[in-house]
Amino acid sequence: MSGILILGEIAENVVLPSTFEVIAAARELSGDLNEEVVVCLVGKNVKGLADGLIKGGADKVYVGENEHLETFQQEVYLAAFERICKEIQPSIILASKTDKISQIAPRLAFRLGVGLAQDCLALSVDSDSKNLKATRPVFGGNANAVIIFNGSTPCFATVRTKVFEPLNQDTSRSGAIIEVDLSIDKSIIKTKLVETVKEKVEGIRLEAAPIVIAGGRGLGGPDPFKQLEELAKLLGGAMGASRAACDAGWLDHSYQVGLTGKTVTPNLYLAVAISGASQHMAGCSASKNIVAINKDADANIFKDARYGVTGDWKTVLPAFIETVKELIND
Amino acid sequence: MAVDIVVCVKQVLDPEMPPSAFRIDADNKRFIPPQGIPPVVNGFDENAIEAALRIKESVGGKITVVSVGNNFQIDVMKKPLSMGADELILIQGDEFELLDSIGTAHVLAAALKKVESYQIVLCGRQASDWDNAQVPLVLAELLDLPSVTIAQKIDVGDNGLVTIQRAIQDGYEVIQGELPILVTVSNELGEPRYPTLRGIMAAARKTPLIFGVDDLDVQISDLEKKLHIEELFVPEKVSQCEIISGDNDSDAGRKLALKLREEKII
Repeated sequence: MSGILILGEIAENVVLPSTFEVIAAARELSGDLNEEVVVCLVGKNVKGLADGLIKGGADKVYVGENEHLETFQQEVYLAAFERICKEIQPSIILASKTDKISQIAPRLAFRLGVGLAQDCLALSVDSDSKNLKATRPVFGGNANAVIIFNGSTPCFATVRTKVFEPLNQDTSRSGAIIEVDLSIDKSIIKTKLVETVKEKVEGIRLEAAPIVIAGGRGLGGPDPFKQLEELAKLLGGAMGASRAACDAGWLDHSYQVGLTGKTVTPNLYLAVAISGASQHMAGCSASKNIVAINKDADANIFKDARYGVTGDWKTVLPAFIETVKELIND
Repeated sequence: MAVDIVVCVKQVLDPEMPPSAFRIDADNKRFIPPQGIPPVVNGFDENAIEAALRIKESVGGKITVVSVGNNFQIDVMKKPLSMGADELILIQGDEFELLDSIGTAHVLAAALKKVESYQIVLCGRQASDWDNAQVPLVLAELLDLPSVTIAQKIDVGDNGLVTIQRAIQDGYEVIQGELPILVTVSNELGEPRYPTLRGIMAAARKTPLIFGVDDLDVQISDLEKKLHIEELFVPEKVSQCEIISGDNDSDAGRKLALKLREEKII
């Protein structure tokens, strides 16, 4: 039982940034624990990606290639990771809590006979016992729980995306790349991806936008979002919304920012008539500048905001937009 | 082809409670129920009930709702019945208060043996108290069922083929699987329906089946916690917000734009 094993993830034959985030998190632990950082990568043709993982901070990479791993299929990927975990017997398993990992991690933990700490924001080593500790948000982010792993190994945690910064690629690093034989029994396949339907995006994608103009339940209906959209266009940004606004049917769920929606990290997040419940802030709290317009001076959003106006958006927003137009035309 | 459905639900503290009402018991690592604010059925579980009702409307079948917990408020837990579910099974006991995900899944798996027939198990994608998103998939492991997570639409075909739209960040995936299957449901499915007066009256006449740990085939060792919470705390937030004020709301809006320009944010 040794090593910190990271379940790597690829899309269109590129390692996802989230995998490098987890490598960075593991590197911090590896010093305290004197454990090496190992990444496993499975796919049809992934050997060529292993070196990038070493340069990104891994000590060793296991690659498992099989034609059935060409695209993500949950039962096949689960079986592949289960096989690798049982073979390597790491003391810690880490993965990013992406959509795909979320489909298999609880099953994998069960098969390994251990618990799983999901969606962690911080990992540390207890100075006395040397046990792993993981901090995870609960109750929509209203509280944090510190989980201590003091029993069976491996300790298994998934970490929230965009919490850890990937390390800079270090071209001087080298490490072993080890091939694992993965035979796949096709009879385990129970579900089939028939098609992927991508939403049509006009303008900038919400997750990539440098400026996000978001509205909440306080807007009272779908029409005010036209003003938000206009402002987003003026500033070269994208529009977002709280879950309440999407659930009310005012906007499509593709605009939803929050714990169960999109996570955005723009330079400016302008929250209009959003109260700032923890569940919403989970999707935008890493924004560089949160700015709030809300008539309730006690609204939670002001705890996270850098600048704010306490006033009725119906009057504040049009004046804000007019001034932005003047500034742009100057 | 009619399908019988089990929906697993959880009673949780109301996540819409005002932030000032949210309290934790740091010594015992649990949430303190707020005074005067009743618990609710977990929101995503209500989405799962809605999904079940739509399937029933489309192909027919029976909907059984199952919950594991303690201190159930029967009127709260009857809400799925008033929405249109057929039967309610409550597994109640003090030993269930602090179960972790794996323990809960074991109890649910044992409880499902009390259900005569089911081809679909529906769950909310996660519970709004501990946000673990693990019980459904561990339950699928225990029942040896395939699973599809984060459904926004579920169609059951004549041939036992289930077609599921699962919400992803930039659209949705269409996944197919065969019955029996476990599906977790997300809010993208749409707002759960409000109980009708007729539904409320029908629910009032129904008596939930209540079982305790002794009525189920569970090993106490299965209920032992795999993970230990060392600390539960509310993160401190120090507001550093600079409130921009003006002569009136309009002036404040104007000054906000000027401030953001001055700070090179826009």
